[in-house]
Amino acid sequence: MLNVLYFASLREAFGKPSEHISSPLPTNVEALILLLRARGGVWSESLGADKRWRVAVNQEMASMETALNAGDEIAIFPPVTGG
Amino acid sequence: MPPGGIVTTMPTIRVQTEDFDVGAEMTALRAGNAKIGGIAAFVGLVRDVNDGAGVSTLTLEHYPAMTQKALVEIVDQARVRWEVIDATVIHRIGQLSPTDQIVLVLVASGHRGDSFQACEYIMDFLKTRAPFWKKESTVDGDHWVSAKKSDDTATSRWQTEQN
Repeated sequence: MLNVLYFASLREAFGKPSEHISSPLPTNVEALILLLRARGGVWSESLGADKRWRVAVNQEMASMETALNAGDEIAIFPPVTGG
Repeated sequence: MPPGGIVTTMPTIRVQTEDFDVGAEMTALRAGNAKIGGIAAFVGLVRDVNDGAGVSTLTLEHYPAMTQKALVEIVDQARVRWEVIDATVIHRIGQLSPTDQIVLVLVASGHRGDSFQACEYIMDFLKTRAPFWKKESTVDGDHWVSAKKSDDTATSRWQTEQN
């Protein structure tokens, strides 16, 4: 099972701060994004290749190739704007 | 061990809703350490104009499990490059208003060059790597602040530049 978190504008667009994704377990970040995009609507729109978003795996910035394992915490969020 | 073999301490890193006192933080940072020759400080403030519309409030959201880790890593990276004796990073979250203090970076070192550069480096990376997001409430409604291309440019120059 993966614990997937959403922040800021993505949390609002998806209408939830987090969810569990278990079967089938995506093997890397790209597989997870494809699975989410396949839901259509705000999911395919907000996570489109033309949109800017970032992924962290276990609190470290990740790339599309980063491998995923059961128990991982994945966060998907827009580019950061602190400071 | 950092260059020069100077003794360093764990940086102070805090994320909080309450305001901070720059003078008190500086006093705490340098207390009892005669190796410190100077402290560079950056204080970020909430501006009242952003993208043309008047801002009434700003709300800061963050990713608690990652924020501390990201900030510690940024300070550690600065310490690899410069002789930093100690540092303080404080970032506020929650609801803020124009003129409020939002972020503080203090860097203590033996000589000013290290403090100035490390302070700027920490701010540049904080703006592009630390998981904070700003939402503005204006007379035209609420909207999430967009990331600036100029911030990415400021960060990337450290990756190409030799100091």
